[in-house]
Amino acid sequence: MNDTIVAIATGMGNSGIGIIRLSGDKALEIAGKVFKPNNQNKTIDKLNSYHAAFGHIVYDNKIYDETVALVMKAPHTYTTEDTVEFDCHGGIKILKNILELLIKLGARVAEPGEFTKRAFLGGRIDMSQAESIMDLIHAKNDMAVESSLKQLSGGLKDIITGLREKILYKIAYIESALDDPENYSLDNFPQELNETVDNLLITVNNLIKSNDNGRIINEGIKTVIVGRPNAGKSSVLNMLLGEERAIVTDIEGTTRDTLEEVINIDQITLNIVDTAGIRDTEDIVEKIGVDKAIDTINDADLILYIVDGTSILDENDYTIMDKIKDKKSITIINKNDMNIIVDKLLITNRINTNIIELSAKEGTGKTELCNILKSMFFNNELNYNDEIYITNLRHKNLLFDTKESLLKVKESIAMNMGEDFYTIDLMSAYSSLGKIIGEELEDDLVNKIFAEFCMGK
Amino acid sequence: MEKRYIEEAYDVVVVGAGHAGCEAALATSRMGQNTILFTVSMDSVALMPCNPNIGGSSKGHLVREIDALGGEMGKNIDKTYIQSKMLNVSKGPAVHSLRAQADKVEYTKQMRLTLQNQPNLTLRQAEVTELLFDVIDNKKVIRGVKTFSGATYYAKAVILCTGTYLKARCIYGDVVNYTGPNGLQAANHLSDSMSEAGIFIRRFKTGTPARLDKNSIDFSKMEEQKGDEHIVPFSFTNTEEDIIRDQISCWLTYTNEETHKIIKENIDRSPLFSGFIKGTGPRYCPSIEDKVMKFPDKNRHQLFIEPEGEFTNEMYMGGMSSSLPEDVQYKMIRTVPGLENVKIVRNAYAIEYDCINAINLNQNLEFKDVSGLFSAGQVNGSSGYEEAAAQGLIAGINAARKLQNKEPIILDRSVAYIGVLVDDLVTKETNEPYRMMTSRAEYRLLLRQDNADLRLTDIGHEIGLIDDVRYEKFCNKRNIINSEIERVNNIMVGANKKIQEFLEAHNSTTLKTAASLAELIRRPELSYEMLAEIDPDRDETILTKDIMEQINIDIKYEGYITRQKQQVEHFKKLENKKIPDDINYDNVSNLRKEARQKLTLIKPSSIGQASRISGVSPADISVLLIYIQSYNS
Repeated sequence: MNDTIVAIATGMGNSGIGIIRLSGDKALEIAGKVFKPNNQNKTIDKLNSYHAAFGHIVYDNKIYDETVALVMKAPHTYTTEDTVEFDCHGGIKILKNILELLIKLGARVAEPGEFTKRAFLGGRIDMSQAESIMDLIHAKNDMAVESSLKQLSGGLKDIITGLREKILYKIAYIESALDDPENYSLDNFPQELNETVDNLLITVNNLIKSNDNGRIINEGIKTVIVGRPNAGKSSVLNMLLGEERAIVTDIEGTTRDTLEEVINIDQITLNIVDTAGIRDTEDIVEKIGVDKAIDTINDADLILYIVDGTSILDENDYTIMDKIKDKKSITIINKNDMNIIVDKLLITNRINTNIIELSAKEGTGKTELCNILKSMFFNNELNYNDEIYITNLRHKNLLFDTKESLLKVKESIAMNMGEDFYTIDLMSAYSSLGKIIGEELEDDLVNKIFAEFCMGK
Repeated sequence: MEKRYIEEAYDVVVVGAGHAGCEAALATSRMGQNTILFTVSMDSVALMPCNPNIGGSSKGHLVREIDALGGEMGKNIDKTYIQSKMLNVSKGPAVHSLRAQADKVEYTKQMRLTLQNQPNLTLRQAEVTELLFDVIDNKKVIRGVKTFSGATYYAKAVILCTGTYLKARCIYGDVVNYTGPNGLQAANHLSDSMSEAGIFIRRFKTGTPARLDKNSIDFSKMEEQKGDEHIVPFSFTNTEEDIIRDQISCWLTYTNEETHKIIKENIDRSPLFSGFIKGTGPRYCPSIEDKVMKFPDKNRHQLFIEPEGEFTNEMYMGGMSSSLPEDVQYKMIRTVPGLENVKIVRNAYAIEYDCINAINLNQNLEFKDVSGLFSAGQVNGSSGYEEAAAQGLIAGINAARKLQNKEPIILDRSVAYIGVLVDDLVTKETNEPYRMMTSRAEYRLLLRQDNADLRLTDIGHEIGLIDDVRYEKFCNKRNIINSEIERVNNIMVGANKKIQEFLEAHNSTTLKTAASLAELIRRPELSYEMLAEIDPDRDETILTKDIMEQINIDIKYEGYITRQKQQVEHFKKLENKKIPDDINYDNVSNLRKEARQKLTLIKPSSIGQASRISGVSPADISVLLIYIQSYNS
């Protein structure tokens, strides 16, 4: 018995087609619930193995996408399980919505490499292939922890570890008190635990929210546009997008929140975040934007630093350079349709960066910018990781599990249950968090190994 | 020259008639194996050389599990208890624990009588000094034992239950007695023979407090600790009415700063601290000097003064085990309120003894390297009567099953505390005497003392230790519980006047819509019993107290039980991934060196067990999983 897994099987770039693959005991059942064929006789349950049908993905009267459904039945499939593939029109948002729909109906997000794992466990991969898999694992064994953690920003790992420590301390305290009531008192413990759980929940909720706010569409090179107000950040973004998306005005501080766009430059996917201009400000709303911009920089793979070429560097520019000095960056001297007076040496002396002049307003210099990007990418200065998306969705699910367990603890406290009841749900929360950072020793261990290789297959 | 005579043959030899040995010998003989049980003294059968009680936190669970499997300890304490108490009743049902004070002498007498009346069982006073074994296909196979007198007893299985007797020495201050507990004869030869058989021997220590003269104690300065008004028997075969009797009180008092001062001033005279005692002692049953040194901030420690029996004036002093010299013992004890003029009857002492490392055993408690040789109880590095008895029962069952060519009985961690105990002993290297604790059981809401029969009677019946009459009675109980739970889940009561009045009378919120009886039972202020008046279909004649208890627990804690069962499912997935017996870890490339060594040594039977070995990392488990997948296909 294997649960049913689902994943987006194509790369995360803007390809013309996006394939969603379902595999497992309930693949046919789940697919049947969402697939509405144009020909009434071609519902999933009526399709023979290796037959396809054209139709739509529809659920709850909502049409998600046009699709071709391909049914492959066990055991003659890659995973040896029932498998259904939906070829969709793509668009990451749409694929993601379909993925979440299928999860809601009982599928689970595939771990990276899980289709291959199932193929292996189903005997589809022979011993020599298995050995090469093991070598791969071995090669990475020493770095296993590090590499699995790379998918998390270091900060997130620390947060999760911190949460787990707090939970473990509470569990340990309850256990000690049960075994040694003479030396460990449980007076007032429920109140203390309730407070701790409230604090844990704040953090967990924030993590879930941060996930909603865009970490989840994280499939490209995380690129952040920074610059002091009105340097032309939004104009540069629009130039890259080729259409007007961000609000562009001459008023400083217009972009008050971070905006996200996915663009494709010669098969390199950039996940671009436009930020509020960074400056010292009294405006509360704008200040939130500024703080967020600084946070975003820390997460970025690439910085596009926009400098207003028509004026000299100001203190805001120096603040920005301080923030980005450890990052890969391209410095764009904007507005070269006018007189450039900024001193580039002041920049290159301060940070290690590639400099280019252009005019976003006139649309000149785009090709040169793309060339710099490409050369950085192909020289491996930039990393492209299409696993983060999946991992994050998995993390999100685990965070939800954690939240649910913690709420159960609060429920137990409110109902005056005995202390030993708390440990059941505290343990579940501890274990869910452990799975996020790969420290949970349970039956998802094989999954961890297979997480080492790419998941499309 | 070798003396050889009285050659007798048995199916099973059990060495030692303590709590482990008694259960082991009763199990094998009841399962049809001709058994001989050796003891160094007929007067010390099932001896309680330390605390005069059976059960307590988590240990009570073990006793009830032993009973559900058809063991003897529960029945014997029910016959001989002088006080009974359910501990932790203010907490959840998972940690309720039964404890009974025993009349020690009576406990011994009753157990001895049971052994003597048991068909297929011979009880014999003699010291076993030597293990006899053959080597067949490069593997040692047990053949029997030899006693001090030179007599040879052949057997197909031997179960070692030697307790704390192997090369034992008792110590307080600079006084050393080369005896077993309570001045009994030590066994000074057998561990050499075990060593020769290739068995690794190590040294542990434990201790016991002084015994005091009741007539010299001022009880008015202590708090009386009475037994429960309504008692719960240990054995599922007994009801309260069967065993009710007058109970004898225990007494609570405390050490104080003066006591601690005396201990600190004389700590250099403690053989534990001077390094004279080399054996490793239990952290969880520490001596008073350990407690005072380790918890310097605590200005008092609890002391329980407990009767050793009905017909003796000796009182046990729970909480004050020590190996300090006699004069210091006197000084410190006399600082305790109520003990100002106390007379010591027997000194406190520490005892050091040879034991084995249980990671050399399989899950069935048989030595990995000596076929047919089993080991149970304190010699395995555990501590406590109940832990010993539980292992004795399991070793006995599995020795008999081996002779009957049947699969061993291995209880996993989600089934019984006994399973946790055995798994911990054979998997985790413990460097101190192992004591059962509720915190060691991950799934303790399922492993309650009240449902031990529901968990284990099927197994007890299958192995032949629970007879058909008892089994039928048990099945009947189980059926009633299940059908009653189903019934109250299905019976709906409306928001009518009678119901609302009933709810109001019990300070419970009135109904807005119809609800099932089960929903009402789930309310903290209500219970199954209370609902009798609004449940006319109930058949009171089939209900007993323990049946109603099960119904309440099952319904009230349903959500928690369900979640715990989910955790168990997760656990089982790993337990069910078996590791082939003939695996050679040298062939598993990519394992780290430490993991390879540990796995080779412990030979875990499943991935689950492997993952609990310290020194085996998640990455090692992953490598192992892949290896096994490819090995199997």
